[in-house]
Amino acid sequence: MRNILTIATHELRRLFKSPLAWVMLAVVEFLLAIFFLILLNQFMNPGPWIAGRGITEIVIAGLLQVSGIVILLVTPFITMRIFSEERRTGTIKLLLSSPITITELVLGKYLGTLGFLVILLALIALMPLSLLLGTPVDYLQTAAGLLGLFLLMASFAAIGLFISTLTSQASIAAVTTFGVLFMLWIINLASTTGSEIFRAIFSWLSLLKHFNSLINGAFNSVDVIYYLIICSTFIVLSIWRLDGERRHQ
Amino acid sequence: MNSETLISINEVYRYYGNYCAVNNVSFTVKRGEVLGFLGLNGAGKSTTMQIISGVLGASSGSVSIAGLDIMDAPRQAKSQLGFLPEQPPLYHDLTVDEYLDYAARLRGIRRTNIRTAREQSKQRCGLEAVGRRLIINLSKGYQQRVGIAQAILHTPAVIILDEPTNGLDPVQIKEIRELIKELGRDHSVILSTHILPEVQAICDRVLIIHEGRLVLDQQLENINESKQNNFVNIAFRQAPSLDTLNTIEGIKHIVQINDQRFRCELHPGSTAINNIVRNSAGAGWGLVEIIPETGSLEETFMRLTSGAQENV
Repeated sequence: MRNILTIATHELRRLFKSPLAWVMLAVVEFLLAIFFLILLNQFMNPGPWIAGRGITEIVIAGLLQVSGIVILLVTPFITMRIFSEERRTGTIKLLLSSPITITELVLGKYLGTLGFLVILLALIALMPLSLLLGTPVDYLQTAAGLLGLFLLMASFAAIGLFISTLTSQASIAAVTTFGVLFMLWIINLASTTGSEIFRAIFSWLSLLKHFNSLINGAFNSVDVIYYLIICSTFIVLSIWRLDGERRHQ
Repeated sequence: MNSETLISINEVYRYYGNYCAVNNVSFTVKRGEVLGFLGLNGAGKSTTMQIISGVLGASSGSVSIAGLDIMDAPRQAKSQLGFLPEQPPLYHDLTVDEYLDYAARLRGIRRTNIRTAREQSKQRCGLEAVGRRLIINLSKGYQQRVGIAQAILHTPAVIILDEPTNGLDPVQIKEIRELIKELGRDHSVILSTHILPEVQAICDRVLIIHEGRLVLDQQLENINESKQNNFVNIAFRQAPSLDTLNTIEGIKHIVQINDQRFRCELHPGSTAINNIVRNSAGAGWGLVEIIPETGSLEETFMRLTSGAQENV
């Protein structure tokens, strides 16, 4: 456990040593602030389309929905260097010759990356919370939405982590991660046609579908379990991959 | 205590696909021994060192550090081990102090002892003045020293250094050699290098690896003593047949190296060289070279890595 924390802290500190993390926080916050203002403006000038929905459903759910897409776009830039850079510069040899297990190494790296994403999430959460100054919001729906966004980030990070173990080129890891995330995002589009079972599978696989039900305030354990399965699968795959590489390369 | 075996490598093989990079390598290193690991580029030195330090797994065979198997008890075995790879494993965006602190935590040094360990290691490697500088701004020589500092931070029983003096200036090389000698007193050190005088300066024992096989494992003093002047390399412009040469008095044994060149073992104290010169002059063989082998490390190395075989 101590080793995991050592690696996680190191990972997080190193992220903030480079301008990338700062720029990313700034850009994401800026983009989402614009969306937030647009949504708020729409809510202040209601029309028939509102159909009795409250501020939580329109502004907060809308913001979290967009956040999901923005985070999908930026996560690959954070996860791309997790292992690929260590391999390219040879620093992985320091880790592999140290008295830590590969599981500790992977979990440490994962937690460090997740730490950064949680900071991002906290900054995003400040926007809906600022609404409390003027109006009551639905806490439970907001909480479900934020949980959904957190789980989504955690899955993105796990997938990115695994892909960065596959290559020593950070840019290849980034592009591949983006491709995979995007595919998992839109895979439910494939569920509009085909047989019943086919549709069910594709729609279940989609990262988007489970996220949508959470931001709409429907807390199903199935959705949570889906994300936990994604995270653990890719973490285990990363461990296997690094261990296998050491043995058979 | 002082002759305790700290590293033991047993029939290690390592394949990359079908290519066999390390072929049946076995040896042991005792406490207080500095082992020089020699070989041409691509001979399998780095692979072997990475296997010993647990970075790579062996395809078969076993490695144990201070009696602990590196695959079965990796945590305990690796805490006894310091490794400097060929390219120092440095995070360029950290300062020297930050980097060494991180390495210390990875090696499981207790929080309260980290500072002491870091300062001690910096002092041994002459890094006191650069603690707060970013590693990326350091010269190659200083980066190499940070790499060494990282390997000795936790005063491991076993220190493995892959080309430790690579990229250093002559003064630094001298300092690092002194440091390695000092470390060799109460640790086991394995170092690889392609600078032969370096081995002579600091090592107690030499291993030569060629095409993945161990071709020599000997105490340095034995190498320098053995075969004093009993071997001579000779070359002729018009070489006679091997049989003709064999009849020359004083030659114990002769082998042909190529069309012109021969290597002969002489009877100690014989006048064989005189006989060879006289015969050559008489028969017009055109003697161009007589080089007595001094049995130096360099000669041994050249001979073993040029394909000639010797019983280990």
